[in-house]
Amino acid sequence: MLHLKTLRELSNGLAQGDFSAEELTRHFLARIERLNPAYNAFITVTAEQAIAQARAADQARRDGKAGALTGIPLAQKDIFCTEGVRTSCASRMLDNFIAPYNATVVSRLNEAGMVMLGKTNMDEFAMGSSNETSWYGPVRNPWNTDCVPGGSSGGSAAAVAGRLAPAATGTDTGGSIRQPAALCGLTGLKPTYGRVSRWGMIAFASSLDQAGPMTQTAEDAALLLQAMAGFDEKDSTSMDEPVPDYAATLNAPLTGLRVGVPAEYFSAGLDAATGAAVHAGLKQLETLGATLVDISLPHTELAVPAYYVIAPAECSANLARFDGVRYGYRCENPEDLHDLYTRTRSEGFGPEVKRRILVGTYALSAGFYDAYYRKAQQVRRLIRNDFSDAFASVDVIAGPASPSPAFKLGEKTADPVVMYLEDAYTIPTNLAGLPALSISAGLVNGKPVGLQLIGPHFSEAKLLNVAHQFQQATDWHTQMPAAVAGGDA
Amino acid sequence: MIDRQTVSRVAELARIRVTEDEIPELTQRLGNILAMVDTLQAADTRDIAPLSNPLDATQRLRADAVTEPNQRDTLLALAPASDQGLFLVPRVIE
Repeated sequence: MLHLKTLRELSNGLAQGDFSAEELTRHFLARIERLNPAYNAFITVTAEQAIAQARAADQARRDGKAGALTGIPLAQKDIFCTEGVRTSCASRMLDNFIAPYNATVVSRLNEAGMVMLGKTNMDEFAMGSSNETSWYGPVRNPWNTDCVPGGSSGGSAAAVAGRLAPAATGTDTGGSIRQPAALCGLTGLKPTYGRVSRWGMIAFASSLDQAGPMTQTAEDAALLLQAMAGFDEKDSTSMDEPVPDYAATLNAPLTGLRVGVPAEYFSAGLDAATGAAVHAGLKQLETLGATLVDISLPHTELAVPAYYVIAPAECSANLARFDGVRYGYRCENPEDLHDLYTRTRSEGFGPEVKRRILVGTYALSAGFYDAYYRKAQQVRRLIRNDFSDAFASVDVIAGPASPSPAFKLGEKTADPVVMYLEDAYTIPTNLAGLPALSISAGLVNGKPVGLQLIGPHFSEAKLLNVAHQFQQATDWHTQMPAAVAGGDA
Repeated sequence: MIDRQTVSRVAELARIRVTEDEIPELTQRLGNILAMVDTLQAADTRDIAPLSNPLDATQRLRADAVTEPNQRDTLLALAPASDQGLFLVPRVIE
């Protein structure tokens, strides 16, 4: 049952020679072939390259050059450029795009000896919270295939939850790692803005986008983040901060830890059973020696409105590059240059991407800039200040990662605003650039509930420590979909 | 509130074609989004500086050195149409 092992267990097994990287890779490729039709978690499976990478990893081990991650398979979100492999961002616009280079995240994980199984499905250009906006069709949640896996990193979440991959990468602009991690019972970490390089990661909203790990445990997230994090001169907003040894502090006791509980994260929008599971998680932290402190983040309600100015504004600028001239989709028989641009973009982008481009274009258009973009950026500072004030008296902040467990396909697609509120508890941290993670803290109607932990800038080690201690005392993170646990899937 | 004419104008600015059939529903959905966004107007932001980088970081400078190799052929191979080292587009000047 190689697919039930964590990264740590696989690392140990490879080191002890219990199995080879090639055996491990073939095991996961066979699972993908058998189970991906049910989940639609992968857009592209790179079987041949994976076998080649696995053989190279086995050789490296024989040569005594293996690291902790050498030979371990992984799924990459299809937002990361992968040299020689289609990088679609789940858009018709890039359906034919073979990336000419590797994203820094991809290069680093390759250098660590990891084996890429394929590229995972996602919301188109990472715009969505349910993975229903993908050009390649929706992803289904392995916990309940009538339900969404969350988004935008829904394929990555479903791949790990269904044990089609032991871990995956994701990106998080407004909750796109944490919300799918919550809905699929995983550990998902969005690092501090600037912690992980954005180079080669197809841009959605550049001041908010961050890449991070999606894993079964906090210990695994620490392992993967270790390989992903660090300064990159190719990313102009990469921060030149030392990367600590994330595994080294996982076992620190939580005695004396002050955990802020923001009243605004337990308001009317929160499903009652989800709230109860999160409260039980908070109690658990108390049992581990933490002190719960009631706090207020007074501008929380303004986060979603501010985000839906800033993110669309940045997206409208970033996606202006898709013009049908240099790469990607081009419409048939354009009459003239204007027709080439307009028809290419109208045919190449899906409805949600177009809506966001239009909102962003409107917000940035002449006469509206101050009322929308400038105002939203001012509110963004108020939100960041709320967190700074709170961190004067607490070490971490805890609350729900999403307002409810996984919902049904089609349930929230009628009104975009309803879908946007799915990220009400995750968006504020993107605006503030803070690290935050989601860990599984219970089940409601057989579906996982995510507990979110938020820390000050560059406090990933502390968040992973708290999450790991929580997972030493609970077994929510070891629960898996019935089909996976029962061996049917 | 956003009206149909504004939606058409913004779509033209964004180089996105919106058909007559699509306009009513699109206008309503964008209207809902902007109504939600408009709650920002109530926030007191006097003397608050806009925040563009969440760490208040500024752009790094680097040495003015050539770092990119010439990848013309690799990149042109991705283009929908190219000829003699150039991207091809429909004739602009008749």
